[in-house]
Amino acid sequence: MAMDASEIESMIKDALPDAQVRIDDLRGDGDHYAATVVSSAFAGKTRVQQHQMVYAALKGRMGGQLHALQLTTQTP
Amino acid sequence: MSEKEQTFERIREELAGNEVVLFMKGTPVFPQCGFSAVTVQVLSRLGLKFKGIDILSDPAIRTHLKEFSDWPTFPQLYVKGEFVGGCDIVKEMYQNGELQQYLTDKGVAVQEA
Repeated sequence: MAMDASEIESMIKDALPDAQVRIDDLRGDGDHYAATVVSSAFAGKTRVQQHQMVYAALKGRMGGQLHALQLTTQTP
Repeated sequence: MSEKEQTFERIREELAGNEVVLFMKGTPVFPQCGFSAVTVQVLSRLGLKFKGIDILSDPAIRTHLKEFSDWPTFPQLYVKGEFVGGCDIVKEMYQNGELQQYLTDKGVAVQEA
């Protein structure tokens, strides 16, 4: 089953407390999301590392329950 | 050797033998997923020669590559043995010109169409 946008957001915020998270439901089907995550924790990290931090926050759901999450990461 | 170690070894051989490797769902001619299709499109626009490896027809790689790269999804792009990222990263780097610069710095020929 797919995940709720609010659940994705709260998991990311649990791991990255200062993060501003915006989740867009791309197709309105609760299964294709775009997430934009802005956090100072990304400073000095490569983009791959930044995305890995978000995936870690999602505790293994990425690639399983969450097939389609378009991810954009930025520092404030 | 365990199946995982054997698979890691196979992945290393592919990366050593090919400058640009894209682990994807489907083939470059017939991608089986939108994210893989977009990534193939970017590489094609840059005129890159790359080896596409279909993870759908290779369950061992599909299982173990995630751990090898510490990356949960496909596609996954490697250039000269270095993990570059998945679809979102490749697309973003292409759009802001970073990917072209990265490839040039790595000594990989780019012929933008």
